[in-house]
Amino acid sequence: MEAVDPVIFRLAIFVLAVFVGYYVVWSVTPALHTPLMAVTNAISSVIIVGALLAATATAGGELAGEAASGGAGFSRGLGFIAIILASVNIFGGFLVTRRMLAMYKKKER
Amino acid sequence: MSVNLAALLYLVSGILFILALRGLSSPETARRGNVFGMAGMAMAVVTTLLAVDLDALSLVLIVAGVAIGGGVGAVIARRVPMTAMPQLVAAFHSLVGMAAVLVAAAALYAPEAFHIADGLGNLKHLSLFELSMGTAIGAITFSGSVIAFAKLNGNMSGAPIILPARHILNIAIGVFIAVMIAFLMASGGDAKLAFWLITIAAFVLGVTLIIPIGGADMPVVVSMLNSYSGWAAAALGFTLENTALLVTGALVGSSGAILSYIMCKGMNRSFISVILGGFGESGDAAAEAGPQGNAKQGSADDAAFVMKNAGKVIIVPGYGMAVAQAQHALKEMADMLKEEGVDVSYAIHPVAGRMPGHMNVLLAEAQVPYDEVFELEDINSSFSNADVAFVIGANDVTNPAAEDDPSSPIYGMPVLQVWKAKTVFFVKRSLGSGYAGVENPLFFRDNTMMLLGDAKKMVESIVKVLD
Repeated sequence: MEAVDPVIFRLAIFVLAVFVGYYVVWSVTPALHTPLMAVTNAISSVIIVGALLAATATAGGELAGEAASGGAGFSRGLGFIAIILASVNIFGGFLVTRRMLAMYKKKER
Repeated sequence: MSVNLAALLYLVSGILFILALRGLSSPETARRGNVFGMAGMAMAVVTTLLAVDLDALSLVLIVAGVAIGGGVGAVIARRVPMTAMPQLVAAFHSLVGMAAVLVAAAALYAPEAFHIADGLGNLKHLSLFELSMGTAIGAITFSGSVIAFAKLNGNMSGAPIILPARHILNIAIGVFIAVMIAFLMASGGDAKLAFWLITIAAFVLGVTLIIPIGGADMPVVVSMLNSYSGWAAAALGFTLENTALLVTGALVGSSGAILSYIMCKGMNRSFISVILGGFGESGDAAAEAGPQGNAKQGSADDAAFVMKNAGKVIIVPGYGMAVAQAQHALKEMADMLKEEGVDVSYAIHPVAGRMPGHMNVLLAEAQVPYDEVFELEDINSSFSNADVAFVIGANDVTNPAAEDDPSSPIYGMPVLQVWKAKTVFFVKRSLGSGYAGVENPLFFRDNTMMLLGDAKKMVESIVKVLD
């Protein structure tokens, strides 16, 4: 039997994570739906890992010629901008979530 | 760092993100959840930095990028007023969308850095498909969120903008994007122009999808764009073969989808009808035909007197409270009533405000304890034994026509049954109809008293009388 394409495994992780998300999000109390949106914003900025890869692009191995090095420079520029955008979101998202959550207080008895 | 170790660490980071969302099931665990989220993010970033070869230039780019972006983000997070939270979330969505577009473009131009090139520097078909989806969804998220931001922030009218033949236009753009994706895949990644055409077309699609949707439907739009930003991240998670990104994309995608569903249910509208847009334009005719009569007007003195002598008061806040920034004055009023021995609680409709949970955050900001704040299904039966329902800046969500008038555009929408209270006070600027353009017959009932004026000023004068 031939080996299963790794893409299938990634698809499996993805599908299972959608289910995890479904159950986890239904259990979020409606009072915290705004912080939920702020924090999902922050965590979706984990796309910064892609931006980091882009910013470290090099012309690479022997096969890469002139064109590839031009591509690497362009990629670094895109990566730099993407790092800025994602960082705004990461810091802004987590900190504003923290600020909101600090406001939720129970009745003093 | 070995590739396998990195993959495992990305998995851990994905799990920390799940725990971050899990924490939000109660305000007590939410703060710890947020720390998990930050830890997950730090872990993903550090893992990536350890796995790549850093040279001096890339190090400068990374440090400068994080410093600039992080600084801006931290300042925004500290300064933004809580009433502006819907705009802020829309703005943040647009950044995720744009970051996705940039990362997808970088992956196309420097596939070696993303380990998606074959030996000859060509891209796999599947990778091309994934990054095309990433850029397309990211671009829609970006431009759609910019429009949503402009509508929420008041840079643009909240009224729906209806383009002629917009459905055909949207379908045409969608088909064009699909054709270009096929073309890009067939070219093995050489057709860079096709990539940019996909991106530009998706930018346009984001605009044409969101402009016909009116202000009152913004909670759905914001949730939907939240969902899109997740799917864009997930698409790139496939390209980068990165578990953290895949898991996060799936979490955020389903989170936004669930919130959209909850919002739609709160309005008794189908998701499709919200997406198709144009709600609120046909309401005028219905409003004119609605019941007219004499609305009883009251003063701050009347309200203060009645509430002081009441046993139970339920406060129903809406978007008008947010606009007038009346939450602090409202809390003061509630405190004074509590000193008089009145039982005060708050009733929140799922679609009150401009985003899910908007009212809860504002009340929390005013230091209203969260255990005095109740959701629709938990408090609706309490109105019948309440002496006063104090409606401030809400309208459509209290409209009895939703229950007893099948011809009403909002018929079937779950509403707060404020009319069951002995007395209803309505703090409102005018007797006009709500965002849905629907007349509220409650204004003309015998047990309703209208307190016309700015919400904040009205509450402040009630506080003065109570004092």
